Amino acid sequence: MDKNISFTLKVWRQKGPKEKGHFDTFQMKDIPGDTSFLEMMDILNEQLINEGKEPVVFDHDCREGICGMCSMYINGHPHGPATGATTCQIYMRRFKDGDTITVEPWRSAGFPVIRDLMVDRGAYDKIMQAGGYVSINTGGIPDANAIPIAKPVADEAMDAAACIGCGACVAACKNGSAMLFVSAKVSQLALLPQGKVEAARRAKAMLSKMDELGFGNCTNTRACEAECPKLVSISNIARLNREFIAAKLKD
Amino acid sequence: MWLSNSSIGRKVVMSVTGIALVLFLTFHMAMNLVALFSEDAYNMICEFLGANWYALVATAGLAALFVIHIIYAFWLTMQNRAARGSERYAVNVKPKTVEWASQNMLVLGIVVIAGLALHFANFWYKMQFAEIIGVHDLGAFGPTDGAAYIRETFGCPVFTVLYLIWLAALWFHLTHGFWSALQTLGWSNKVWFERWKTIGNIYSTVVVLGFAAVVVIFFVKSLACGAC
Repeated sequence: MDKNISFTLKVWRQKGPKEKGHFDTFQMKDIPGDTSFLEMMDILNEQLINEGKEPVVFDHDCREGICGMCSMYINGHPHGPATGATTCQIYMRRFKDGDTITVEPWRSAGFPVIRDLMVDRGAYDKIMQAGGYVSINTGGIPDANAIPIAKPVADEAMDAAACIGCGACVAACKNGSAMLFVSAKVSQLALLPQGKVEAARRAKAMLSKMDELGFGNCTNTRACEAECPKLVSISNIARLNREFIAAKLKD
Repeated sequence: MWLSNSSIGRKVVMSVTGIALVLFLTFHMAMNLVALFSEDAYNMICEFLGANWYALVATAGLAALFVIHIIYAFWLTMQNRAARGSERYAVNVKPKTVEWASQNMLVLGIVVIAGLALHFANFWYKMQFAEIIGVHDLGAFGPTDGAAYIRETFGCPVFTVLYLIWLAALWFHLTHGFWSALQTLGWSNKVWFERWKTIGNIYSTVVVLGFAAVVVIFFVKSLACGAC
């Protein structure tokens, strides 16, 4: 059994996209170490509801690190202090008794705050709609090895496809750039024969959508890959750059 | 035009101008080293370049590269700050793999420009500029006597320290800029990323040490002669 800890929680509160936000401070008492971060937030909200106050609004869904909904900027890290884990996969045993834990929403012009810790990540859907798919119906699952794909290529595509679209890359980037996300979504298709056909068109369409939606320019600081809960590599960004430059030179 | 209206295009401009400027630095450093071996040979280079048409064409090209690199730097930074939104994080931690230089390229670049202004006042104005306008007595020495200007400038400890600070900023700027430029051009993957980083670190160190050697050796020489 983990020990129970008590700590100070500073949570960002903001009534709406245009409202001015501020931090609320709560004292959390005797929280068991095996409580997940989101369960801790549930405990806080239950307390707030019992006191007749507004609970803290935050996004969450699967709570097992695959949906990409949870999005908290905890103590200076998107998804908290762990590597390769989402907010819901963080446990309170990572923190010490007496700590101050600061929880903020993703801060980026591309992701406006809806309320408290919840941000609008609809921009990612718009980028996907711009070209993050294969245009034709490829039918059912093909027979294994009907289309031979080398193992390293398949692995690379799979690693890119691990992206859950949570937005931690944008949250971590000092430039608010969505390049890691866009490059992962371009790579997962561009590497495979089914997706290769439209690779050039896809890279151009998704990148111009990203620029249009007000995300920043990548300056290769690598903060995105360091904070990505799925450890997506910036080698995907190099691939996107390659695809895009080649497409533009061909035009 | 994709080089101005797409984020990758703008980065390509930064990358290509940056690589060209790295090549210029390499040549400049190589020419400086000549002064260590023979001051006469160094002055011959000064004479050979001077205000000849090919030197002027190259200078104009170089100035254009600098201006484009700097304008794009400010433009990109402004866009990036806007993309970050109006609210800043209350707590911000730099992940271990993020280099300090990569987050401060604009600041480092501004230090490099400041050093460049000093360098223009110390050397360029009295040498190439003097030849362009045809007034040959802007400095204490003739416009092709580069070695004399080197002795004069680095005989002074203040200039020596300022130039070394300038070179340190340049080193940080180059260590990030080198691999970053190739990453932007798409010439990178998991293997090449490590290679470019290593090559970039070695290359920037060699270039900066080459420059610093001239500064330090002429400073030490001036101490030995007791002149300042």
